[in-house]
Amino acid sequence: MKILVCITHVPDTTSRIAFTDGDTKFDSNGVQYIIGPYDDYAVARAVELKESQGATITVVNVGRVETEPTIRKALAIGADDAIRINAEPEDSYFVAKQIANVAKDSGYDLILMGRESIDFNGGVVHGIVGELLEIPSVSSVMKLDIDGNVAKIAREIEGGKEYIELEMPFVAGCQEPIAEWKIPNMRGIMTARSKPLNVVDPVDTDHLDKLVRFELPPPKGDIKMIDPEHMEELVSLLKNEAKVL
Amino acid sequence: MSKEATVVNENNAMIRDMIRDFAEKEIRPHMRVWDETQEFPVPLFRKMGALGLMGVLVPHEYDGSGFGYQEYVTVISEIARVDGSIGLSVAAHNSLCTGHLLQFGNEAQKKKWLPKLASGEWIGAWGLTEPNTGSDAARMNTVAVKDGDYYVINGSKNFITHGKSGDIFVVIVRTGEKGDSRGMTAFSIVKGTPGFSSGRKEDKLGMRASETTELIFEDCRVHKDNMIGAEGEGFIQSLKVLDGGRISIAALALGIARGALEASIIYAGQRHQFGKPIASFQGISFKLADMATKIEAAELLTRRAAELKDNHQPVTKESAMAKYYASEIAVEVSTEAVQIFGGYGYTKDYPVEKYYRDSKLCTIGEGTTEIQKIVISRSILA
Ligand SMILES: Cc1cc2nc3c(=O)[nH]c(=O)nc-3n(C[C@H](O)[C@H](O)[C@H](O)COP(=O)(O)OP(=O)(O)OC[C@H]3O[C@@H](n4cnc5c(N)ncnc54)[C@H](O)[C@@H]3O)c2cc1C
Ligand SMILES: Cc1cc2nc3c(=O)[nH]c(=O)nc-3n(C[C@H](O)[C@H](O)[C@H](O)COP(=O)(O)OP(=O)(O)OC[C@H]3O[C@@H](n4cnc5c(N)ncnc54)[C@H](O)[C@@H]3O)c2cc1C
Repeated sequence: MKILVCITHVPDTTSRIAFTDGDTKFDSNGVQYIIGPYDDYAVARAVELKESQGATITVVNVGRVETEPTIRKALAIGADDAIRINAEPEDSYFVAKQIANVAKDSGYDLILMGRESIDFNGGVVHGIVGELLEIPSVSSVMKLDIDGNVAKIAREIEGGKEYIELEMPFVAGCQEPIAEWKIPNMRGIMTARSKPLNVVDPVDTDHLDKLVRFELPPPKGDIKMIDPEHMEELVSLLKNEAKVL
Repeated sequence: MSKEATVVNENNAMIRDMIRDFAEKEIRPHMRVWDETQEFPVPLFRKMGALGLMGVLVPHEYDGSGFGYQEYVTVISEIARVDGSIGLSVAAHNSLCTGHLLQFGNEAQKKKWLPKLASGEWIGAWGLTEPNTGSDAARMNTVAVKDGDYYVINGSKNFITHGKSGDIFVVIVRTGEKGDSRGMTAFSIVKGTPGFSSGRKEDKLGMRASETTELIFEDCRVHKDNMIGAEGEGFIQSLKVLDGGRISIAALALGIARGALEASIIYAGQRHQFGKPIASFQGISFKLADMATKIEAAELLTRRAAELKDNHQPVTKESAMAKYYASEIAVEVSTEAVQIFGGYGYTKDYPVEKYYRDSKLCTIGEGTTEIQKIVISRSILA
């Protein structure tokens, strides 16, 4: 089985988010990057499948050279090789087009992604890649088992679960608890460097949209501390100032 | 930065993240109970073995992780940042027992024991100290007398980390004249060897999850194949083992200090007195500045010693300096941390009293501060 796992390089969930250049650029100053948490589960499931029934795992990322430490972390966790498509991931269609181009003649049985990125939260790349490759795509996959050529899937739907079966190849957007979350071991960290990380050029792609600007939610107001002795004051503030009672 | 330095930094960042993820899940939730009950959590060490943390310096051919001292410093300090006692046990296992076998064992011994130690299937212990000979270890009283292909050992060791739960013990015992630095020999003894048992477990101020016990030898017969290196080399070997071990105690101290500082920074920002966060008082913020500066200096000394060690250069003076300085500042920093937390710092509901208790071991174990000063002064006066 050949598995392609698509990973994002995203700010750590505890990062402080700010913008520069008239709110059109993300300020990456001092930001720590991680593998997108949903993508992390996709990697973990791929490694479990490799361990239980044998597979080769390729990870792919659309990004510039600074994403390589993140890619190597996926190699440390258990992927066999990696591809970096050397381009700024400018929008979802652009990214999907690049991934589809790399995947199209490579014979992957499974293309695993996260349910959504955690920077721009589009939740669409898997759908577009499926469409471009003319194979099915399913998302919010929380359970994925392979039996011969058939996948048994549980996906999250509003208020419950849906169980489906489909034949490989297909694209899946993954989320927990699809796999036991994995951390690399020391051996993995050391061997990550010796695994192939191939850098390829992007293909020309139309831009279907254009970024205008970003906007942060309004800052939180000041906190007022009320002495627990003065409950009436608290009630009055909640009623008259915050108007929540 | 050189390519090599970039690789070391990237590996260290990955190791740091790995240990933080592991420690938050497997150590932090349990450490208070381990501390209170003095439980030595053996299953945790098996898990750390699976991650490659029990054979950090052991080459791949013996199933180890094959890293150098820079990565080892990261491992110990990141574990100690959460729990010093687990850091101490990982350090004793890696540097002392495993380190002694790795440096001085013959091929057959290494093949037989290192894979078990590196995987965490076995926990290692190392015994030099005796009740009456600590700093002056060369005057030890435990003796081994040759009897055909065997040596018969009598005596006792104390303060031995993993003295009860250990599976294999490297012990240094007298085979020659007292006072002769070539009168001692190292043997490895496997748990269950007749005549060998563990005695009392110490009830300690800190490092309570790290087991410390006595070892007792009563006509314990050890085959000569278990001798490490040649007869008479045991003490000289142990000084070399300690040169590396001191780097790990420096890393241990560094991690404890860092944990105490990080907790203090958060607390000082949250705790309000006189209508302001206490961090806004210069009396507190200057303490934090001092703590951070000392930690930075300790890290530089420790990294410098690790670099020399990785480059196979002499490191006796530098590792003693790193161990001396880092352990003293770990005590200072964790003392100030308790002060910053005020009354809460004196309670078990907050983490800093544990850093305070744990830190003190660092100025004692693997050679006290005074002994480090002897090593340093000898080296600069030579
Ligand atoms: C430096 C930078 C600049 C950017 N500039 C712009 C911009 O100008 N305009 C704009 O609209 N967006 C911009 N983006 C956002 C970027 O386009 C999106 O993160 C990306 O297109 C994914 O879109 P999404 O949120 O729809 O992904 P989703 O559809 O939510 O992602 C689903 C899954 O697709 C896979 N995937 C997504 N992105 C990648 C990737 N890059 N490589 C490999 N797999 C991936 C992952 O498995 C992911 O879990 C920028 C991002 C970065 C890091
Ligand atoms: C938790 C813990 C774990 C340990 N683990 C191990 C282990 O795994 N294996 C092992 O072999 N040992 C271990 N030890 C023992 C440790 O290495 C010794 O405690 C240490 O070397 C000091 O020896 P001592 O306790 O006998 O103190 P002493 O040597 O009696 O020292 C008492 C005091 O006198 C000072 N002093 C001694 N000589 C001089 C001098 N010449 N000049 C100035 N001052 C001097 C010392 O610095 C100290 O302040 C451990 C100890 C502890 C507490």
